[in-house]
Amino acid sequence: MATSMPERSRRVRIRNLIFFKALPLLILPLLLSGCSMALMDPKGEVGSEIKSLIITAFWLMMIVVVPVIVMTFLFAWRYRNTNYKAKYTPNWAHSNVIEAIVWFVPLVIIAFLALITWQTSHSLNPNVPIEAEEGVEPMEIDVVALDWKWLFIYPDLGIASVNEVAFPVDTPVNFNITSGTVMNSFMIPRLGSQLYAMAGMDNDLNLIAGEEGVYPGRSTNYSGAGFSEMIFKAHVTSQDEFEAWVEKVRQAPETLSFEQGYEELAAPTIDHPVEYFSSVPAELYDNIVQSFKNGTAVQPGHTGGHGGQHAAESAGHDEGHDVAMSAEVAE
Amino acid sequence: MFGKLNWDVIPYHDPIIMVVVAGMAVIIAGLVGWITYSKNWGYLWKEWITSVDHKKLGIMYFLVALVMLIRGFADALMMRSQQAAMAVGSPEGYLPPEHYDQIFTAHGVIMIFFVAMPMVIGLMNLVVPLQIGARDVAYPFLNNLSFWLFAAGVILINVSLFVGEFAKTGWLAYAPLSGIDYSPGVGVDYWIWALQISGIGTTLTGINFFVTILKMRTKGMTLFRMPIFTWTSFCANILIIASFPILTATIALLTLDRYLGTHFFTNDLGGNQMMYVNLIWAWGHPEVYILILPAFGVFSEVIATFAKKRLFGYHTMVWATMAISFLAFIVWLHHFFTMGAGANVNAFFGIATMIIAIPTGVKIFNWLFTMYRGRLEFTSPVLWTLGFIITFTLGGMTGVMLAVPAANFVLHNSLFVIAHFHNVIIGGVVFGMLAGLTFWFPKAFGFKLDEKWGKRSFWCWIVGFFVAFSPLYVLSFYGAVRRMQSYDNPEYHVWMLIAWVGAVIILLGIACTVIQFVVSYRNREQLADVTGDPWDGRTLEWATSSPAPFYNFAHLPEVKSIDAFWEMKQAGEFETSKPPYKDIHMPKYTAAGPIISLFATILGFALVWHIWWLAIASALGVFVSFLARVFNDDIDYYVPAAEVERIENAHHKRLAEANKQHNVRGNVQVGNLGVQS
Repeated sequence: MATSMPERSRRVRIRNLIFFKALPLLILPLLLSGCSMALMDPKGEVGSEIKSLIITAFWLMMIVVVPVIVMTFLFAWRYRNTNYKAKYTPNWAHSNVIEAIVWFVPLVIIAFLALITWQTSHSLNPNVPIEAEEGVEPMEIDVVALDWKWLFIYPDLGIASVNEVAFPVDTPVNFNITSGTVMNSFMIPRLGSQLYAMAGMDNDLNLIAGEEGVYPGRSTNYSGAGFSEMIFKAHVTSQDEFEAWVEKVRQAPETLSFEQGYEELAAPTIDHPVEYFSSVPAELYDNIVQSFKNGTAVQPGHTGGHGGQHAAESAGHDEGHDVAMSAEVAE
Repeated sequence: MFGKLNWDVIPYHDPIIMVVVAGMAVIIAGLVGWITYSKNWGYLWKEWITSVDHKKLGIMYFLVALVMLIRGFADALMMRSQQAAMAVGSPEGYLPPEHYDQIFTAHGVIMIFFVAMPMVIGLMNLVVPLQIGARDVAYPFLNNLSFWLFAAGVILINVSLFVGEFAKTGWLAYAPLSGIDYSPGVGVDYWIWALQISGIGTTLTGINFFVTILKMRTKGMTLFRMPIFTWTSFCANILIIASFPILTATIALLTLDRYLGTHFFTNDLGGNQMMYVNLIWAWGHPEVYILILPAFGVFSEVIATFAKKRLFGYHTMVWATMAISFLAFIVWLHHFFTMGAGANVNAFFGIATMIIAIPTGVKIFNWLFTMYRGRLEFTSPVLWTLGFIITFTLGGMTGVMLAVPAANFVLHNSLFVIAHFHNVIIGGVVFGMLAGLTFWFPKAFGFKLDEKWGKRSFWCWIVGFFVAFSPLYVLSFYGAVRRMQSYDNPEYHVWMLIAWVGAVIILLGIACTVIQFVVSYRNREQLADVTGDPWDGRTLEWATSSPAPFYNFAHLPEVKSIDAFWEMKQAGEFETSKPPYKDIHMPKYTAAGPIISLFATILGFALVWHIWWLAIASALGVFVSFLARVFNDDIDYYVPAAEVERIENAHHKRLAEANKQHNVRGNVQVGNLGVQS
């Protein structure tokens, strides 16, 4: 049939060729223009491994996706009802060979992908600490999601900061993540994995940065009115610069503990400015986690909304926004 | 007296809402005025509102779904415009978080519960009883009640637009954000009662169709002779029966938290938010298969009919559907790999998810091999099907990428997820339902839809889809996340603008569909389907006239193979419309469904606003009107044989006239009654 219709089938072939050429062209920008793409230009080991994992999975899937798309065009065109040259078998509806192939090919690809999944689920398990190079001390940073800001506590240094976190390059960091409010998710896209921040729970996220720089971080899990501004900056610095940063924080006049200052800090604010706390008890993080279990939790809740009991308090909400606005102007 | 309700809850201050409300008021007033003027209330009440006819209920489901599609799409357009606003120099856009957060919540809730679900259930209603050769569903009254309970949910969610507010929690209302501490307003309460009331309707539908398909099949129709759409609907209904009670129970627990101060899902005092997330997805994941399986069935029917060929691998299709239904229940955790479960747990759910790709892939290949060596006619249902195969395959690919837990750790909550599920829901469910609508429209109304506008709609939808959602994939790699009311990253701008353009192109697609209805209605004479079999169909629904008589078949057909009607045509045997006729036993229409649901609507509203006396009164109303129905024995009647004869003769007469006209033009005989006339 194909030979008897040389012109038609050539046209079909040309169409397919164009398609084959167009496909990588469409996708390449995605993969290569990566310079400014956070996920395609990772700045740490975890992020790099995830990037190559995504690309591997993508190409594996292409083994099925490309033939399906080509076959769709090919079959639809070839067996169009005006093409009487093509074979027509109205009662043909079964073929063991074809059935075997269509089960087997996806099966093999998925089996392969399953293997990769099993391995990477373990090797990239965010709970597992990253091995440090010799002479490098891993770092502990406690992260508390609040409305709508991030509190970072350095338990070993006795300091804390809001909406800004700093740590040295090439140092494994163990983030202990919890929430003083609703569920959030802590993520620094350039460094890789994210993990949920949940009240009363302690989640471990291990990351490492391989390059100095300032990387944006944010909550990825919607948490209410201030969610869009629940962003922070991660400063990845040299050891010296990190020590200078710590010194800067230590100069701050404010201090913070669960009994003093935390309740005020936990009150909802939007676009909260960067803040430093020069002295913080090491147990602050535990206090916050435990407070949800022993009935001492500080939960200002969210305000606003029709028919809500808290509607009258919405002035407090606005005040937070004002603080934020003036901070912006100050910058 | 009026609970939390007072005049301040109406959002006068928001011009956008007020304009919408004014527009809705004008439309409703216009409709009411027109119905009153043309004295159609009696007709509406007798023929539609109280109807237990599965075909009429199917039409009503679809009608409501299309209206809600416009509402849900308006939300989508507002969201796209908000995010595009940042690209044109407005850092905060035109929607404050207070409003934007309601919009994305309403968009998700409306599109899943009040567009996709009623389209799927509407199509099942219209088609399944005809396909299995039944006169109606197993429980006709329950079917009517299901529809009106669903309508109650629709009313509540629309009332929330101008009395109070809607939830600002995201469509699944994750706790503790949806708890009373963090969502003190009535928005979540509207969400709760809209979903609870319509959810009961859905559960009843699931039971109804499960029993219908198992017990009401015509003579000779064994399970493995059921049309594939009936099979996929059957599996979807099993999923409904198994999963909707989870949703109902979960929302009930959340309700206790909000109304009685319990601590199932609160932050403190033993509440467990992880339990909420697990439960809601234990329903939520099967839910997506409830939507997609019937769409798969539509594509199978469409492709076999228009390729003029038997469906390739029928048995494989059935087993693949069952495999997907089973797997649907063991993958829910892939919605929250980032919660912090261990590597083994994540890997298990990741791999289980990927395994779904195998039966799904097999289905896609089977559709391809149905086209293979067929005679494919490029009607608009076929275009939807081809568009589906390509779009859904790409969506499946991104789905598998998301199923790799380690990759999910950076893609979770990003726009990648949004692009992925629109990829499969628009490409799968929406395309499937529009294909099904076009395919079965003549069976419902007696005339075909206009092809030109149908094809225009298709091209707008598919081009618009890729223009709107491809940028979201790209954006996710820049780190853009879902549900952002604003963002401060100039790199997003160009992509957000492209996505906005895509949304506008989809709007044109919806407009084409609306125009298609108008044009088709105007040309209904030329588009008339006299034969009952406009597409040279294969299954029993085409063996009766279009629109089908209310009793479906004068004689219930006997089935000998999978493509029952196709075989009948081959053999020249048509038994469904031959005299002599017998009396037909049919269910009576009933006002119980709408009355119970009216009380249920009031009950929901009263509970939202804590108007306790009204809640008690309307709950009593529900109970009493239900009891009245239960103790009513006068629920069925016999259609006299003479009446059946009159209806069938009218059909035969039309057929004979059509044949005469065709013969004059030298065409072959049309219709399935040629042999006997």
